[in-house]
Amino acid sequence: MEAPMFSATPLNRRSYRSQSVAKAVFCLMTVALVIPVLLILGTLVVKGAPAISWEFLFTAPTNNLTAGGIFPALVGTIWLVVVALLASVPVGVAAALYLSEYAPDNLLTRAINLAIVNLAGVPSIVHALFGFGAFVLFFRFNASILAASLTLAVMTLPVVIVATRESLQAVPHAFREACWNMGATRWQTIRKVVLPNSISGILTGVILEVSRTSGETAPIMFTGATAYLAFLPESVFDQTMAMSYHLFYIATQATDVPEELTYGVALVLIAIVLMMNAVSIAFRIYLRGLKKW
Amino acid sequence: MDRRDLAWYVDKTAQWVIFAGGISAIVFIVGIFIFITKEGLDFVLGPLNLGEFFTSIAWRPTSNNPTYGALALIVGTASVTGFAMLLSVPLSLGAALFIAEFATGKTREVLKVLVEMLAAIPSVVWGFVGMSIMHPLIMRIFDVPLGLGVLNAGLILGLMAAPIMTTIAEDALKAVPDAYREAAEALGATRWEVIFKVVIPASRNGLLAAVLLGVGRGFGETMAVLMASGHAINIPTSPFDSVRALTATIASELGDTVRGGDHWGSLFTLGILLFVVTFVINLTADIVVRGIRKK
Repeated sequence: MEAPMFSATPLNRRSYRSQSVAKAVFCLMTVALVIPVLLILGTLVVKGAPAISWEFLFTAPTNNLTAGGIFPALVGTIWLVVVALLASVPVGVAAALYLSEYAPDNLLTRAINLAIVNLAGVPSIVHALFGFGAFVLFFRFNASILAASLTLAVMTLPVVIVATRESLQAVPHAFREACWNMGATRWQTIRKVVLPNSISGILTGVILEVSRTSGETAPIMFTGATAYLAFLPESVFDQTMAMSYHLFYIATQATDVPEELTYGVALVLIAIVLMMNAVSIAFRIYLRGLKKW
Repeated sequence: MDRRDLAWYVDKTAQWVIFAGGISAIVFIVGIFIFITKEGLDFVLGPLNLGEFFTSIAWRPTSNNPTYGALALIVGTASVTGFAMLLSVPLSLGAALFIAEFATGKTREVLKVLVEMLAAIPSVVWGFVGMSIMHPLIMRIFDVPLGLGVLNAGLILGLMAAPIMTTIAEDALKAVPDAYREAAEALGATRWEVIFKVVIPASRNGLLAAVLLGVGRGFGETMAVLMASGHAINIPTSPFDSVRALTATIASELGDTVRGGDHWGSLFTLGILLFVVTFVINLTADIVVRGIRKK
């Protein structure tokens, strides 16, 4: 009797099996990456949650950092992030505009791209050395919010540039051509057509930068972060406490800090970072759904 | 001057401002090199003994008769990074293959978001996890007196470097034209064969670049390694040995140095070394990626 025409031959079955095995193995590898992280997050939540209360968030630490809250560190992180954004967003958007709207395909453009990759790849502690040598000593800002924020700004510049460039390039070229044909200059085209059509994408990048900036520790250790400050910073020339450095300090330097407190600080820090990150991702997915062209 | 003249001047000004912004990345990268070299130069030209620097394990910058042997620090960084890569290269390439070639629809989106979130966790939190969760865990599981060392830092670093490798490797796999896959499938190849005989060879350079950037990330990581490696100057002989990394040395000692002193200069010299090595890694990755685009 002849086999039905499309039934699986042993060869088919074997190759189907090997395919499912491959799929299962790769799936397992993916899970192996994700599971430890979920476990770690779970542990942080379980151990840190009891420490968190309004009082924890809105009072200053007391008793040599072994009790009390984290208010000055929260405020300090907000200072650092805002000043860093003020410095890096204009420069980063300009850089992205140059790369997307002006740059010819030449050696300079290639050098710029390489510099961006390198800026993102240079170790954070080298950024710290640079910030210390340049902003603290050379420009004489001393250890201050300004010096720390500028160091953070240089370090996170690639985040803004890359995200902005992507959203600029997503604006169809025909939009620009239509505008040029009306006699508009390049700048008028950028100002009235390109930027309005990409502003939400740029915003996504900015939120992502907030997420990155608020978690960085090494770049601010020597340039403006301090372990304890009895008052809130009043200007950019003050030193400040910061969430990330506070966590480092109470986990490694301070003594007799109750475990619960340290977990609480870690939980708040990671909540800030992941929430900003999630907002950025959600915003991006929402925008993708809206796209008109 | 009428409105059109004004528009022309505004346009020219904007062009220059944007150009200035455009070259900012170059300015900063050159600036970083100049400033760390400026502070480290006196040490490099003066007390630095290259032979001692690369062959001696005696890093004693604060002793009366200071010696600056960075070998243990280099080996420390290399062992932790190497261990991390052992773990994360296969896992991230596997994850990238799964996300790019097998997962579809919602699963794919969720996995991509998870990987992105993984990349967002700050290094100081990773360090804290190493100290307070992994440290007791390793002591208990392996019955060793200290849980801070190559194993702990390597595991942490592996998880930290995985997202960047996964993302870049996935981009490289996605860049392989679908026509290649279709052609192979039309010849009767299974999914497995398509991946191993067509997709991976075609995206080889991109995968290599992903691994290089992962190595760069591990090599330059500071806070997590400082907190999870034990920070003892030591040539490791087992995964449980405590080591000290180049980056961590700078982070822990810079605060105690006198500006312009030899110790100060030696830390900036370590910075120069880190800068040069990461620069070379990134440059290589760039050249490797460019290799595919040319083809």
